[in-house]
Amino acid sequence: MGFEKVEHELHKRRSGRNLGVGLVLVGFVAIVFGLTVVKVTRGGLEPAYLQKQQGSN
Amino acid sequence: MSDASLNTQTQTGEAGFGDYFALLKPRVMSLVVFTALVGLLAAPVGVHPFIAFCAVLFIAVGGGASGALNMWWDADIDEVMKRTSSRPIPSGKVAPQEALAIGVTLSAFAVIMLGLASNFVAAGLLAFTIFFYAVVYTMWLKRWTPQNIVIGGAAGAFPPMIGWAVATGGVSLESVLMFLLIFMWTPPHFWALALFMNSDYEKAGVPMLTVTHGRRTTRKHILVYTILLAPLAIGAGLTSIGGPIYMTVSVVLNALFLFGAVKIWRRDEDAASADKYRTEKSFFGLSLMYLFLHFGAILAEAALKPYGLGGW
Repeated sequence: MGFEKVEHELHKRRSGRNLGVGLVLVGFVAIVFGLTVVKVTRGGLEPAYLQKQQGSN
Repeated sequence: MSDASLNTQTQTGEAGFGDYFALLKPRVMSLVVFTALVGLLAAPVGVHPFIAFCAVLFIAVGGGASGALNMWWDADIDEVMKRTSSRPIPSGKVAPQEALAIGVTLSAFAVIMLGLASNFVAAGLLAFTIFFYAVVYTMWLKRWTPQNIVIGGAAGAFPPMIGWAVATGGVSLESVLMFLLIFMWTPPHFWALALFMNSDYEKAGVPMLTVTHGRRTTRKHILVYTILLAPLAIGAGLTSIGGPIYMTVSVVLNALFLFGAVKIWRRDEDAASADKYRTEKSFFGLSLMYLFLHFGAILAEAALKPYGLGGW
């Protein structure tokens, strides 16, 4: 005898919430990755003295 | 887990994702996004599009976080007022502690991320905005003085200044004028709303000017703030964010706004209730257009500048 899964409105709400949180987390990872790429390619993450040197050259 | 326990949980109200999102006051967030974006794009310094996108997103999250803190603190008021009774906390969908946790966490997240993405002047301004809205306005002024929305309006006026700071790393005359434009616009906008929604504020015990000093005084105040707003709005058009488009839009809108304020000032309550506050309602509608079109004109000037068309 197997257990039947009871579908409840609560399950739908929970899975919707989990999906929402999951998408927010994926979005956050994408933003951090994108910011890193932009900062690295534009030299925004280098120490201030290096940025000054590059600016004066 | 049995069916019985499932039903019990449903009754205590387990929130969906949308309920948490509603805590962030999405409609207010849309105004924050728009004005911050205009402030950022009107600045004389270019910003990488991805950094601009992230900065506006973090400003919006910060604004939303202060909205969640406002809902946490004002849950008792929201429960009484018809307009706000279906918000997540008074409707029982989200627990007050959850709203507090979300508000505090997202505030810290937004400020730190904005600092890392752009600069810490912008992040500092965002932190001050959240503090001003959640503590100065919500916890202190709102229940204490009828001038609550005058001073509290500053919180809603900061976003274009933050957007400008994201690009320039500082504050300037133009960003202060954009701040003042929203700051001086807020009182006539909300007092017009209060004139036809008075009973709700009265029931909630919020000292709106209409409740504490009466409608005659409120009408006078609307006129005074509208008169003070006009030179600031038109004056902004003489700076680097202005131009012929902005000036035309501003002169026309300020003339209409002043005309509306004079009409409100000249009316008495009998006339207002006879036509169901038609003048007050149309003034409120005009006030929404007023702000949207002013910032739209600043955006248009900024967008046309690369083609040699925008600005003076």
